[in-house]
Amino acid sequence: MDFAGEILVVVALTAGGIFGLVGSLGLLKLDNPMARLHAPTKASTLGVGSVLVASVLYAAFFGGRASVHEILIMIFLFMTAPVSANFIAKAHLHRHVKGQDLPPAEPDSHWAHVGDDGDEDGPENG
Amino acid sequence: MITFALTFAMGCFATGLLLCLFRVIRGPGISDRILALDTMVVNAIALLVLYGMRSGTQIYFESAVLIAMLGFVSTVAYARFVLRGNIIE
Repeated sequence: MDFAGEILVVVALTAGGIFGLVGSLGLLKLDNPMARLHAPTKASTLGVGSVLVASVLYAAFFGGRASVHEILIMIFLFMTAPVSANFIAKAHLHRHVKGQDLPPAEPDSHWAHVGDDGDEDGPENG
Repeated sequence: MITFALTFAMGCFATGLLLCLFRVIRGPGISDRILALDTMVVNAIALLVLYGMRSGTQIYFESAVLIAMLGFVSTVAYARFVLRGNIIE
């Protein structure tokens, strides 16, 4: 039983480390900002997730206790990572992409970083 | 065996922190810098959890929760400042 637990923890730790490293490496190597957004928001989150799973397994197998903190951190990270990625993408679109270069939005709708009137500065800037 | 895996994972996340730091320093746009800082927060959480596993105490998980919350709030504040020129309107 202990050996199986050790195997599980080691596999989760190794996968977590590799995913985290791939996320940061993608942040370094990819060549345009929207592509760079992909690597950390997915791979790094998955890496931290499997490190937290490893921590839960470690506490369950060797500490003899059920650990809730890791679950909390995991829920929080998995909920907030897409939100912050969306914010960063909006900031990038606002700063670096002109309004007429964007593909057309749905009818009766507009891009979220542009104001209601299609004004690039936003509805109430300052 | 777990000690080796812990060292390996800590090495991976520490290297990731360095790569993110490079992107913070170089990064051509401001959104790259925000993204790199956000990734640094994520890597720091992973390092803290790994260090907590190694030292066998619970206290590092509390600080990991704190850093996760502060990291999200600061990323949103930074992106919002770039987006709107103001954080709380």
